[in-house]
Amino acid sequence: MTAEAETHDGEDLTAADTVTGEPETNHGISQDDDAADQDMTMANVGIEGDNVPDIKTESKSEVKLEDLFADIDSDEEFGSAKVKSQDIKPSSSPEAPSSPVHVGPSSRASDPEVMRSFYQRLFPWRYLFQWLNHSPTPTTDFGHREFAFTLQNDAYLRYQSFPTSDLLRKDILRLMPSRFEIGPVYSTNPRDRKTLRKSSAFKPIAKELCFDIDLTDYDDIRTCCDKANICNKCWQFITMAIKVVDVALREDFGFKHIMWVYSGRRGAHAWVCDKKARHMDDQKRRAIAGYLEVIKGGAQSGKKVNVKRPLHPHVARSLEILKSHFQSDILEDQDPWETDEKFDRLLQLLPDKTLNDALRKKWSSAPGRASTAKWADIDALAKTTQGLNATALREAKQDVVLEYTYPRLDIEVSKHLNHLLKSPFVVHPGTGRVCVPINTKHLEDFDPLGVPTVTELLGEIDEWTAPEEGEKEGKSIADWEKTSLKPYVEYFRSFVVSLMRDENDVKVKREREETDSMEF
Amino acid sequence: MIRQEFSRIDPKRRTTLHHSKKQFATPTYKELEYKHRLNFYATPPTADITLEQFEQWAIDRLRVLAELEACSFRNKTPAETAAHMKPLLDKYLPLSSSTSGSTGLHAERQKDHYSHFILRLAFASTEDLRRRFSRVETMLFRIRFQADDARERNAFVESLALDWETVGEEEKRALAKELRDSGGGYPKMIEEESYFKVDWERVPELVESRRVFLKGGKAYVPGREQLSMVVAEFTQRLDKALELTSRALPRLDEDDRLTPILNHLSQNFTTPDASYSSTTSLPGADISARNIDTLSSSFPLCMQNLHRSLRRDAHLKHYGRLQYTLFLKGIGLNLEECLIFWRQAFNKITDDTFNKEYRYNVRHAYGDVGGDSNRRGNGYSPFSCQKILTEHPPGPGEAHGCPYRHFSVDNLMNLLNAVGVKDSEVLRGVREDKEKMKFHLACNRVFEYAHKQEIKKVKDDGTWGAAQLETIVHPNEYFKRSYLLKNLGKKQGEDGSGDVKMEG
Repeated sequence: MTAEAETHDGEDLTAADTVTGEPETNHGISQDDDAADQDMTMANVGIEGDNVPDIKTESKSEVKLEDLFADIDSDEEFGSAKVKSQDIKPSSSPEAPSSPVHVGPSSRASDPEVMRSFYQRLFPWRYLFQWLNHSPTPTTDFGHREFAFTLQNDAYLRYQSFPTSDLLRKDILRLMPSRFEIGPVYSTNPRDRKTLRKSSAFKPIAKELCFDIDLTDYDDIRTCCDKANICNKCWQFITMAIKVVDVALREDFGFKHIMWVYSGRRGAHAWVCDKKARHMDDQKRRAIAGYLEVIKGGAQSGKKVNVKRPLHPHVARSLEILKSHFQSDILEDQDPWETDEKFDRLLQLLPDKTLNDALRKKWSSAPGRASTAKWADIDALAKTTQGLNATALREAKQDVVLEYTYPRLDIEVSKHLNHLLKSPFVVHPGTGRVCVPINTKHLEDFDPLGVPTVTELLGEIDEWTAPEEGEKEGKSIADWEKTSLKPYVEYFRSFVVSLMRDENDVKVKREREETDSMEF
Repeated sequence: MIRQEFSRIDPKRRTTLHHSKKQFATPTYKELEYKHRLNFYATPPTADITLEQFEQWAIDRLRVLAELEACSFRNKTPAETAAHMKPLLDKYLPLSSSTSGSTGLHAERQKDHYSHFILRLAFASTEDLRRRFSRVETMLFRIRFQADDARERNAFVESLALDWETVGEEEKRALAKELRDSGGGYPKMIEEESYFKVDWERVPELVESRRVFLKGGKAYVPGREQLSMVVAEFTQRLDKALELTSRALPRLDEDDRLTPILNHLSQNFTTPDASYSSTTSLPGADISARNIDTLSSSFPLCMQNLHRSLRRDAHLKHYGRLQYTLFLKGIGLNLEECLIFWRQAFNKITDDTFNKEYRYNVRHAYGDVGGDSNRRGNGYSPFSCQKILTEHPPGPGEAHGCPYRHFSVDNLMNLLNAVGVKDSEVLRGVREDKEKMKFHLACNRVFEYAHKQEIKKVKDDGTWGAAQLETIVHPNEYFKRSYLLKNLGKKQGEDGSGDVKMEG
């Protein structure tokens, strides 16, 4: 049978309730006495038989095997984040928010105790609730929404749902997932899906339109870092991607409520929250994904950009945005054609053979010539090349710019209504950084390496001292306001407020119409 | 805007008949005269037909639809499909134009109309059938729409009363550049084309391929793209109607004359490239993890490519793993061996990582874990060429897909060279096939080249009939045939203890 964690309401369970599976799922966290008095660390995750409870499988027909495989590559980044639980210094009283947080310098982001403090004191539950609920009072938009938890032992729990944010918070504090994901709103409560007589009555009906940009997809063109590592140079790829996608979604598709979220390590997610976007079916999601997709083809398919001429307004606009980035962020910072092998890649993309030969000769004789100079050489040598097709060259150069700068989207995330995506404000287990929203007004200033980590934030709470004048009893200050998380939460709040305002406008109008008709 | 609720009665006229009298009133059916050749099938049929007609008409239409679906599986272009379908349509579902003056005009159109609704009943029951039905009906509609006489087509479109907002001259001139660029440089003079402005959701296929200009959620659709809009409308309405039909179906159950016919019809609508049955094992073959390297010489190019990538990088991305795992499952590699194979192949990672991140997926593919339906169905079937060709094209760094389709010509030639296909005649043929998008042909061409002598032998001996040598459309079929051919001399059923020596 598939073991699924049951939700126990009592929190008095001890570690003895935990039936751990084979050791393989369970590494890193020893169920020792340390954990015993933390009544909810690992308790009551009823794991039996199958050692991995419910790993994305609960397979109704809509969970495809493809979806199962889909996360794996990106999951690799969490591989190294295991910490021995000896490091934990349990806080004296986890329920008392005013107590100082005992987080020693040795504690790591994925320690259950650190996570507990984070969820308890810093996570913006209220705004998360309002964001997904679209109204101050609980609706099915929130109640039928799927949450999926990745537990500390890497087990994956799907189809969790909660009527209110308080219950969600309570369960999170009980299970202490290292991260959690947000899925679609279903036609019925996800917890009741097995009690339905017809399985077809349980289907996803709404979810934000999501985009996922990850720097690993740029590995063949980024020279500064690879794999899970990033620096401010390659972060520029994400910056330009956000610019291009954001403007297209707003101007072309008319979406207004778009939130970009740092994914915690090497990428960004977009959540398009407009009501119209949330209710799109897969075909429409596919249409948008296709509209935005310019880079196509695998490792072996040669030229990856094949756009028709004249350029579609979206591509032309994108090219205009990307040009300056190409000069500074690609040619100068990435220097992509430094060596012989690398500039061959460039020559493959250029159409004229005579010109290519001339370029190859020139570049081979001057090793280490900067990419900026090489890019300029193309036009310089083109002037002296006989019978050159100038249009073809110009278009090929445009394609090169696009290939090196145009957003590389993980398109599967956007195509499916029932895809899960990591929630904003959770902590990335590998880096300890909080997945904060990115304010697109100050996009250029966003520094992924400056995003606060969970341990820094907890330290900031301790260091915080109340300002002299603000010592009024009536107004208590939330913990997040004491930390550098503040601007991000405030940005999130304003985003949610404007989303709810638009949502309410429609409702108010409808109500008014209804009351009108009630009058006699 | 279009009136979505087209079947709804005008609210002002709703109460003309007193509700208590309603049930006794004679139903007044809309007089069905088929003014147009094309039909949106908005009104259900009401006249009586015989049971024989009921069945025969349905079967005729089903023939057409099944063939249409087959065309799409074979990757035919729209033009090829239309040419291929013409004789069939003329035979089973002829539809003459209004001006032809044909005497059977009404009968033809009635048959078209009724058969559509019969099949609608037959195919409304499951989600899968509904999707397929709506897809092929849309294809049929599209073919007919394109074949229709321009004047009649316009009359038909007008009769639909789709109200599309026309873009004014002033706005058109202001957006001239964008509109022209979106249309691939046409029209040269913006005055030559009329544009409609609609919500982009109504023309998703035009949006997906960037063939329209978008602004603020509105798509500016040129008049020549009318087809796509009408077709989208057709599909949308049909999908909605099918959904409603499926809900009404349970009430049909008491009729024991129609239900058997309908069930029979839907059962006959099977997918032509039905999954490869993995039960056909190869007696005597040593299908084990350590032998995959040897066996891989009998793999089709897509799988050889995956195998080479795997050996080179000691890793494959997830669609590559999926495609390859299922193929290996299909050739008869059992789960234990498959896990061993992957574990050894991913030699740069720890046991821990492997168990955590990959083991489960392999087991899931074999149906060893997962939900009920997955386990009962023994996991997933190996991918067919159709699936590999059309779904999930490889992205950066991915090695799955079909090399004939997803590789650039140069890279394809390199790969073929690397696996030992060096004959310039064959390579030239492959190049041509690729240009014409005949990927099956290219693959079969390489197969025939690689097994030239063996094929000749079995043909000469008469041991293999035409059925065993028909075009390969499944990677596992490729392997099976290749393996059998290369081991002709060996007795089938030899005990599989020793490694089977393969040449090449």
